[in-house]
Order: sequence, then structure tokens, then C-alpha cells
Amino acid sequence: MKQVTLSNVSKTYPNGVTAVHPTSFDIEKGEFLVLVGPSGCGKSTILRMIAGLESITEGDLDIAGKRVNDVEPALRDIAMVFQNYALYPHMTVFNNMAYGLRNRGTSKAGIDKAVRDAASMLNLGEFLDRKPSQLSGGQRQRVAMGRAIVRNPALFLFDEPLSNLDAKLRGQMRIEIRALQRRLGVTSVYVTHDQVEAMTMADRIVVLNAGRIEQIGTPSEIYHQPRSTFVASFMGAPPMNLIDADYRGNGRVYLAGGMDLPAPVETGRPGAVKIGVRPESARMVETETAGALPFAIDHVEELGAIRLFHGTLGGQPFTVHTSHEHAVPEGTAWLDLRSSTVLMFDGATGARL
Amino acid sequence: MNKTRIFDHLVLLLGVAFMIGPIAVAFLTSTHDPYEIHMKGLMTSWGGDFVATYDKVLFEKGGFTGKVTGLAMLKNSFILGIGFAVGKIVLSMLAAYAIVYFRFKMGVVFFWMIFTTLLLPLEVRILPSYEVMTKLGLVDTYSGLIVPLLASATGTFYFRQFFKSVPEELLEAARIDGAGPFKFFVDILIPLSRNMIAAIFIIMFVYGWNQYLWPMLMTTDESFFTLVRGIKQILLVWVGAQIPDYNQAFALAVLAMIPPILVVIVFQSWFIKGLTESDK
Repeated sequence: MKQVTLSNVSKTYPNGVTAVHPTSFDIEKGEFLVLVGPSGCGKSTILRMIAGLESITEGDLDIAGKRVNDVEPALRDIAMVFQNYALYPHMTVFNNMAYGLRNRGTSKAGIDKAVRDAASMLNLGEFLDRKPSQLSGGQRQRVAMGRAIVRNPALFLFDEPLSNLDAKLRGQMRIEIRALQRRLGVTSVYVTHDQVEAMTMADRIVVLNAGRIEQIGTPSEIYHQPRSTFVASFMGAPPMNLIDADYRGNGRVYLAGGMDLPAPVETGRPGAVKIGVRPESARMVETETAGALPFAIDHVEELGAIRLFHGTLGGQPFTVHTSHEHAVPEGTAWLDLRSSTVLMFDGATGARL
Repeated sequence: MNKTRIFDHLVLLLGVAFMIGPIAVAFLTSTHDPYEIHMKGLMTSWGGDFVATYDKVLFEKGGFTGKVTGLAMLKNSFILGIGFAVGKIVLSMLAAYAIVYFRFKMGVVFFWMIFTTLLLPLEVRILPSYEVMTKLGLVDTYSGLIVPLLASATGTFYFRQFFKSVPEELLEAARIDGAGPFKFFVDILIPLSRNMIAAIFIIMFVYGWNQYLWPMLMTTDESFFTLVRGIKQILLVWVGAQIPDYNQAFALAVLAMIPPILVVIVFQSWFIKGLTESDK
């Protein structure tokens, strides 16, 4: 069942800047959808339009089957968690969570129960009488979550909620938020610029670039079958290797330096292409084998469990990801791409072929 | 280290003596009788007329008509000071709220119009203001004393700057929480402005307390006299025929200082927070 539907929703500011080009997608009930992209891609604008904090220039937004373009945020049955928490600094944790319920005229007993339930779910029970300034960043973020939960809304909206936390806490809160959302089953839209958050939390990911959708899909689809070089290089760290090459329509692609590979697809249209190989998909060997390509290693990054080899392939930057047991070759190694997943993108448009 | 400390304290003590000196002299002088003051000038010793002088100043009816006591003047000054402070805070908060949070046509123009009134002090418009008050029949009333001076560009400006520094997300969170413009103002903005309100209260209270020209123009009835006017009056009334009651003038001056000092002491911790710190 569709919980939220965007049909050709766009946003143009009065100064003529178009932040979001006509965009359409659906969000299923109970789904955790992540909007991801670099800053300025329009992901926050889309979220804020769903929240009602930003007007919709054109198109229709439906929540639970009702067009809500002109409905006040408070009446959209949504709850939002902000990047800087946006807690009311002068109110106690209890009152922060209770404020929305009070404005809705919930009974005193009902408020008390809802707040205490949410607080115990979020391990905030002992902090109910504290002010936000007396809490740590993680606790504040939990209060912000609590404020959203007590309302029992049809839709959770998260606007980069973890970007003010340190890395360790971020990893922990990621898991907590996702577990909580599964438990409550509330449809959620989550905005982030962090591809790790997108990959680990999402049921489906919407990748945005310059106000347009690049691709919608499950994390696995986005990672393994990126529809464009933008998605390929944005998702994954280190990003997918993209190498300029020439496709001549004869079943092979030709790299600089006289190297060539079997073409992963046949398009029948010769021209400039980009070859995409995930760093962990490339296999590095120490001795030259048939079809192996010379890989000049510049430096090695030790990451404990893994090693990253940065170097060049035919003069173009290339990264290989190996386990920590892999030997470190001197100078030049060889890349065997025969068993690798190789993708081919149009050289001009970046679209996958 | 120790030596510098002693030196630091010396400097501070000197500063204190410098600041307190005139007040102490005024107080000590007020305890002498006027003839002695007239002959010997300012006094630095305890005079022994303390009870008599302050009793007279506070409770004896004075003035031309014999209607006003020091206590009544104290009350008038309080009404003026508090009326000023509260009125100015309410007005300028509302004005700033409108300017910052509501997008209406010419909002910027209105703000700058308010702002430019800073360039026009009361003295510039004192005659027209008086004319208006006369026509409204507000001469010799508290409203006439307070209302014409309530519009405050300074207050509006301070509150505008403060409201602008309140994070946008707070407004958005409140909107999602179902708070309309009125609730947001009362539940969120006013509590957040607490320190700012205290700071402006002090400034405006002292400003109102020390008003001299406007009350002199607006009130002819002596029962509306404020302390600041009373001081002047004492020196005027007996001038010529007798030696002025210097001791009473000094006593009134000392009394006139106490309430503003109390206000500053009570509000100072908020005042400093209001000017320096933000707990947003």
C-alpha cells in the first residue's frame, strides 16, 4: 500500500532557482526510504516539501491517499527529526516530548503514558526532568526521536539526524533508529549525504543529483547496478573505478596504453565509454597472466582488515581493495579483470550501457 | 605571584573608592543640617540628623500646594519606571516578532522607519507630543506620562537581532508540533527571550526612572511629581528667602538611587547572560 506519493513535484524559488525538477516516486507503507545525494541535490527540499515546511511549486503530494499540498505541517500526521535536534531549550525532556500532544489536546493521562512509553523505549526514563543542555548529543537525538514517536504519526521524516554526532555514536544510532522503525512499523523518509547510512539503513534508496532522481532501488541494486557514473561514484567507499576507454563495436574496449578488455555489453554504437570496476571486484595478481593488465601501485592504505592499493591503470587512477592477507607487491602488479564485474557507461551522458 | 595579587587588589579597591566616593559623600552630607552644609560645603563625617532628614523627606508633605510627600514621589517614579520598562518590552517584542517572523509587504521599510526614529529623540518632538497629549486630555495622568514614550526603536532592534538568532528549526519543530503564531510566541519565544527581557528591563527602567523633561512638561499637578523632579523642586522652593534644604536634596538623591540599584542587582545575572550568552 502506498503511504506517500509524489507526482511531478517540483520546487522553484522566487528568485528563479529550481531546486527540484519534476519528481515522482512512491513510498510504501512501513518502508524506510533514504534520499541521498551531495549537498545542493534537493534531497532536503523534497523532505521539507513532504513535511509542509516548504511550499510545492508544482505537482501533487499525497499522504495516506489525501492530497496535502496545502495542508499545514501540523495536520499532515507527520513527525520530523532535525539535524540539530531543534529541541526547545527551555523545556524539560518531558515537556519537549509532550508539547505536540498538548497542542493537540491530548488528555493529561494520555500524554503522560505516551511520553513515558517513548522514554523507556529510548532509555530516557531517568532524564525526563533534565533540560536539553544537560544531555549529551546522542541523548538529545534520542529526545528528538521521542518527540516524533509520541505522536504516533503516519510518517517519520529524518533530516540528516546523525551528522552532528561523532562517528562511533553515529554507527550506534544508525542501528537504533532502524531497529526502532522496524518495531514501530512507521513509514520513514530519511535524508542523508552519507552513503554508508543510505546503504545500511534503507529499504530503498533514492539517489539525487542536481534536483533530479538518478536512480531508485534497493541498496544492492544501487551498489551493483548503478544506472549512471554519478551513482557508481557516489555510492561506495572507495568509489567505483571509472576508466576512460574506447568501444569500437568489435566486442572489445580499448584503454590508453594499448590495453584492451572484452566489452561487458554489446551496444552496436561505437564511441567513447567509461569502464566501471568496483575496487573489491578487481583481482590483483603478482605475475603476468594472459589478459592481465599492468597496474602501477603508488601507495598502500592499511585499514586493518583490508588493504587499499592506489595506483594507475593505463595512466588513469585506479584503486584495488584486497584482504589484509594479500601480499604487497613491489612497483607494478597485474590486474585480472576476467572474473570481475565490469560495467560500461556512455562516455558523454554517463548512463550505463 | 602574591605581589601582583596585592597590587591587583589595590587597583580594584581604588576603583571602588573612586566609584563609591561621591555617593558616600552625598549620603554623609544628607545627614547634616542645611546650615552646616551651606557654610562648610560637602561633608565627609556622620552628621546625626539622619532620622530627622529622611523622615521629613519621605513623609512630610511639601511643594507649593503641600500635597506631595517623598513616598508619593517614590511611588510615581516607580510607576513611571515600571510602566516604561514593561510597556516598551511588550511593544518592541511584538514589533520585532512581526518584523522577523511574518512576511508582509514593506516589512523591511517598516523596520527601517522604526529604526530611524532613533535619530529623533524625544526633545525633537516634544512640543507636538505635548500638543497631542493636551488634545487627548492626558495631561496630568500616568498614561500621558508613559504612553508617548513607549515606542522604542532600541528595544525593537535588540529583540529583532535576538529573534533572528533563534534557529529556524525551532520554528519548524513548533509548526510540526501544532503551535500557531500565538503559541509559538508565548510558549517558545518569550521563555527563550527571558535574559534579553531582563536586560532590556534594566535599561528601560533606569531610563524611565530618570525621566525629567517629559514629566516636567506633562504634569503640573504636584501629586504626579517624580523623585527626580522633587530634588529640583526642593532647591527651587526655598531659594531666595532661605537657605535651600541641601540635606533633603541629598537625601532624595540618595533615595532616588536605591531602586535602580536594586533592579540592577536583582536582574544583573540575567542581564549579563542576555548580553553575552545564548542558551539556544
